[in-house]
Amino acid sequence: MTALSQPPTPVAGGASRRRRRRRGPRTHLAALPLLGFTALCFGLPVGALLYGAVTRTDPDTGATAVTGEHLARSLQGPYLGSLIGSVQLSALTALIGSVLGVLIAQAIVTSRSRALRDAALTASGVLANFGGVPLAFAFIATLGISGVVTQLADLTSLGWNLYSFTGLAVVYLYFLTPLMVLVIVPALDGLRPQWREAAQNAGASGRQFWLHIGLPVLAPSLLGGFVLLFGSAFAAHATAAALVGGSVPLVTLKIADALSGNVLVGQENVALALSLDMILIAGLVMAVYLPLQRRSARWLR
Amino acid sequence: MAAMTTSTIDRPARAAATRRRGRPRIWRGAVLALAACYFLIPLAASFVFTVHTPGQGVSFEAYTALLAADGFTDSLLLSLSLAAATIALALLLAVPALVAVRLGAPRLRPVVEVMCMLPLVVPPIALVTGVSTVLRWGPDQLSRTPLYQTFLAVQNEEFPLVLVLAYTVLALPFVYRSLDTGLRAVDVPTLVEAARNCGASWPYVVVRVLLPNLRAALAGAAFLTLALVLGEFTIASLLGFEPFAVWIVTISGSQARMSVAVSVLSLLITWALLLLLSRAGTAAATAAPSRDSSRTSRKEP
Repeated sequence: MTALSQPPTPVAGGASRRRRRRRGPRTHLAALPLLGFTALCFGLPVGALLYGAVTRTDPDTGATAVTGEHLARSLQGPYLGSLIGSVQLSALTALIGSVLGVLIAQAIVTSRSRALRDAALTASGVLANFGGVPLAFAFIATLGISGVVTQLADLTSLGWNLYSFTGLAVVYLYFLTPLMVLVIVPALDGLRPQWREAAQNAGASGRQFWLHIGLPVLAPSLLGGFVLLFGSAFAAHATAAALVGGSVPLVTLKIADALSGNVLVGQENVALALSLDMILIAGLVMAVYLPLQRRSARWLR
Repeated sequence: MAAMTTSTIDRPARAAATRRRGRPRIWRGAVLALAACYFLIPLAASFVFTVHTPGQGVSFEAYTALLAADGFTDSLLLSLSLAAATIALALLLAVPALVAVRLGAPRLRPVVEVMCMLPLVVPPIALVTGVSTVLRWGPDQLSRTPLYQTFLAVQNEEFPLVLVLAYTVLALPFVYRSLDTGLRAVDVPTLVEAARNCGASWPYVVVRVLLPNLRAALAGAAFLTLALVLGEFTIASLLGFEPFAVWIVTISGSQARMSVAVSVLSLLITWALLLLLSRAGTAAATAAPSRDSSRTSRKEP
């Protein structure tokens, strides 16, 4: 399987010139499968979602009309409650996760130990990917009703309940904090020691350094990390589904309920409308995140 | 305290110096210790939970009984084959498109980027509402057309192709990011032209010149996709299939110990894969930067 076993292609002048002319269209062709695939497998479901969220088909006549009632219903009563619950949980966990992530990252960056840094970053990479069902079960075994720590420390008598808003927040932080560490370590590395020395030489205290130099430089990364955490927490479904079932109102759980027919018949369109709400919020998050990420990249070179 | 007992001449300055040097060390140690507690206790507790039954002592039955458990091998094999198919499909779609964009169609680049990043805006639960809407059209409207056979084939219980398609959509942003960073480190046009001038055929250029240069990026993309597919719960459970993550939830009701054991195992497997990946990354030094950026992207929590 070396180069010699390959029959040499003729590279006469005419052939290569022809190839050069053909390269434009041919390279376009190589990108077509991807574009076709996303158009079909992503565009079709999302199109169906949009269509179903804003139309209503009369079961008797089969006529389809545009309506805003599904969207209106998705913003009322228990559905609105679930949206608010999701936003609250995501905002709270993203905020705590960001603060903890920055503290841990700063501790990692300022420690001179190379081994600690490598171990912490690898662990963050694994833990940030350790979401979903396994995470939920690890926490049930730890802090659930018959969990090891719950029994050892007798947490139940202290009013601890894993299957609640607080419990869910503790579980979410388990994968959100490492994610923040991964996002923010490069930014903290980008804070050059020279800046700190320059500030100190100019008579700045530690607080002044952070207030006037550190935070402004880090701000885009911090905000970008917060937004990324918010998006992750907002879209999370598996952890919540395996953990709380339905006792905490979250929009992802409501959509799953409506889809699997656990509620009244004819709620599918409300599920679609709720999904549309989620897409709008997630789109907003990304619209904030991407420019911030680009801005913060400026300081990391 | 030490500063207060020393001579009074330069007490403030000395105290400040001690504080500056001493405080961060305590602070750093405290942060790292607390973080280690929070992240290690659930893992340790889960392990204790699986091997220790109160009043009965230690037994590894949860792990030994695993292989014989009903559905374990089936669901694991299903998940692994889904992962293999998803990795193959995602790479087959993304690699030619990204290489083509670098070689001869730079105008397509923003289009490809947006197409690959769009799935980030749509949470898995929203995607699955769209997919199930499309699948419901099948029996309703297409039952007399040959397309209906396609719908049935796509939902085959043995190997649900629809999951491969949906997972590929979810994986595209991570695959794109990983490959894009890898390609950025390689001068694709020069490599291709040099190889072509030496008489290499197109397949030869791709297989023997481009792909070896992208080894770390490909490994990163494959790892993220594998982690995503193995842990995916939302789409599979709502479409009614039973791969690994769904199986864990199914058995959790009757065999809590075993479901936690499987969760611990899946974390260990992820860890091993990541270590393997970073080994592959250091071996291919050219594409090493892709590792860090690809780690920050994550699967569905």
